[in-house]
Amino acid sequence: MIRIENLSRKFEVGNQIVRALDHIDLEITKGEYLSIMGVSGSGKSTLLNILGLLDTPTKGDYILSGINTSEMNDDEMAHIRSTKIGFVFQSFHLIPRLTAAENIEMPMVLAGIKPKDRQEKVEIALSHVSLNDRSDHKPEQLSGGQRQRVAIARSIVMEPDVLLADEPTGNLDSTSGIEIVRLIEDLNKAGLTLIVVTHDRKLGNRSDRLIRLLDGKIIDDDRK
Amino acid sequence: MRFYDLIFLALSTLIRYPLRTIMLLVATSIGVMAVILLTAVGEGARDYISGEFRDMGTNLIIVIPGKNETSGGGSPVDLAGVTPRDLTIEDAISLRKIDGVKNIAPIVIGETSAQFNGLERNVPIIGSTQSFLSVRKWEMETGMFLPGSTLERSPPVCVIGKEVEKELFGASNAIGQWLRLGDRRCRVTGIIGTEGRAVGIDVQKLVVVPVSLATALFNRPSLFRIAVEAENRLVGDQIIKDMKKILKKRHRGKEDFTVIRQDAVMASFDNIFNVLTMALGSIASISLFVAGILIMNVMLVAVSQRQSEIGLLKAIGAKNKQINQLFITEAILLSGSGAVLGLILGHSITQVLKISFPTFNFLPPMWASYVSLILALMSGVIFGLLPARRASKLEPVIALTGNK
Ligand SMILES: Nc1ncnc2c1ncn2[C@@H]1O[C@H](COP(=O)(O)OP(=O)(O)OP(=O)(O)O)[C@@H](O)[C@H]1O
Ligand SMILES: [Mg+2]
Repeated sequence: MIRIENLSRKFEVGNQIVRALDHIDLEITKGEYLSIMGVSGSGKSTLLNILGLLDTPTKGDYILSGINTSEMNDDEMAHIRSTKIGFVFQSFHLIPRLTAAENIEMPMVLAGIKPKDRQEKVEIALSHVSLNDRSDHKPEQLSGGQRQRVAIARSIVMEPDVLLADEPTGNLDSTSGIEIVRLIEDLNKAGLTLIVVTHDRKLGNRSDRLIRLLDGKIIDDDRK
Repeated sequence: MRFYDLIFLALSTLIRYPLRTIMLLVATSIGVMAVILLTAVGEGARDYISGEFRDMGTNLIIVIPGKNETSGGGSPVDLAGVTPRDLTIEDAISLRKIDGVKNIAPIVIGETSAQFNGLERNVPIIGSTQSFLSVRKWEMETGMFLPGSTLERSPPVCVIGKEVEKELFGASNAIGQWLRLGDRRCRVTGIIGTEGRAVGIDVQKLVVVPVSLATALFNRPSLFRIAVEAENRLVGDQIIKDMKKILKKRHRGKEDFTVIRQDAVMASFDNIFNVLTMALGSIASISLFVAGILIMNVMLVAVSQRQSEIGLLKAIGAKNKQINQLFITEAILLSGSGAVLGLILGHSITQVLKISFPTFNFLPPMWASYVSLILALMSGVIFGLLPARRASKLEPVIALTGNK
């Protein structure tokens, strides 16, 4: 489902060139649960962002469901992000002035879905993360774990194929962290392809497959 | 994205940053208010000036002694020009034979003392004929307007303004009484009901006498003006031609007089004041553009403040166009509601001014409301474009990691 061939991502800062990703090959099948680990600056986020079409490689190919993404324009990429990809970020990225329900509704608003259909899906997503009673709360009225659950509900409301999570437990204590992990693992069991960037060795070991990055290269690719 | 979602999202941001929103609303509303107020003053001034002429009737042709050479036959405004040869009552009589002339009213003006029963005051005098009433479209309160007074006949009669009546006659009946004017006497035949001004004189303070009585009073045979009322507008040009021919012949071939049409004067006043109103409106519109630039600046700051939100919206599927729409909508909502606020303020203040200064008519023209509303919306769109474009072109990753 995801294939990456000879992919590189360079950043030019002043006259210095940073190779965030350096000739990477990677194939991820549908329904897989993959962890990406590596020291800080090794290129994990860069890889995840490219997988999520938030960033584009400087070289190489990224083929998603048989389509080479380098041939897509901005709108086509936005459409893929809307329908096929869900994101969960370390810092939640909820819109502060909107309620939990409205935050979850947002991807459907952007996709132009009718309010009546949206409401139903918000309810379902909220019950997935057990937050039905918090739907009218603003993010600031929720705990970190609850916020991340809202973010997860938002990421799955469009029923994507892939869920990309960049250190989803990074800002959480271990109890709420494990809650979040269980939540996304359940989604994976239901068929969602799950790719998680983490610093946490224990979390990394729970996945079916673990790859390690160093200086923008894959140095390890473990399947269990 | 649906229209109401767009409005909801834009509104939610405006509410989220109340200080910013209020500041921009105030800026825009001041601009719109300025347009309304300044054009109201301009229109009011026009109304005030043209009101002086409007009640004189539009089919009026006026002969003024003297020729203002620099005006090239146009309408000289300088009425105090030198008079090479005076206009006389005979000149006025000679105009009678022209076709289409309905009324001829010679006008003499001056000032003298009026006495009755030991009371005395200085009064402005107009000397004319019975036709003057019809030419000026005046109303009588009581009595008759100079009965029997024609170009040839000047019986010793007079009519007086209300204030003269009050001051000299008090409670007693003025009609039929003999009023002393300078070294002459006249019998009061009526009281003028009209208020307002005529040739710059307050009608209520006025005494009107037959023309020859006035020339005798002032010991000066010349006329101040001759007012000719045409039967209708259409014959006006022909009458002017005939008048010029006849008067020129009488003045030894010299065109030492000026003939103007009242409606032409009114039209040129109208023009001048329209230009004035427009100029005032344009000056005020500048403040609308200043408000627009302010909106642009604040929105540009907002774009960088809201980078991470823009990045997130992109991550969850927003197209560039949608981000663009969102910011433009915000700008339009701001400028639109600011404009509406300004319209309400502008019109309310106009009402207050009307009550505070009843003599001056503040008239905000209809177009000023439309134009300022459209200008405000346009400046919202135009000055919203740059921030919106900048927001939509943000790279999603940069935006997401830019600030949290
Ligand atoms: N926008 C950017 N401009 C310049 N350099 C960048 C940019 N984004 C990432 N880099 C560089 O690319 C390299 C990889 O960054 P990346 O964020 O992928 O690391 P990471 O593995 O996610 O690190 P961490 O664990 O700290 O999040 C780093 O050296 C980083 O400085
Ligand atoms: Mg990272």
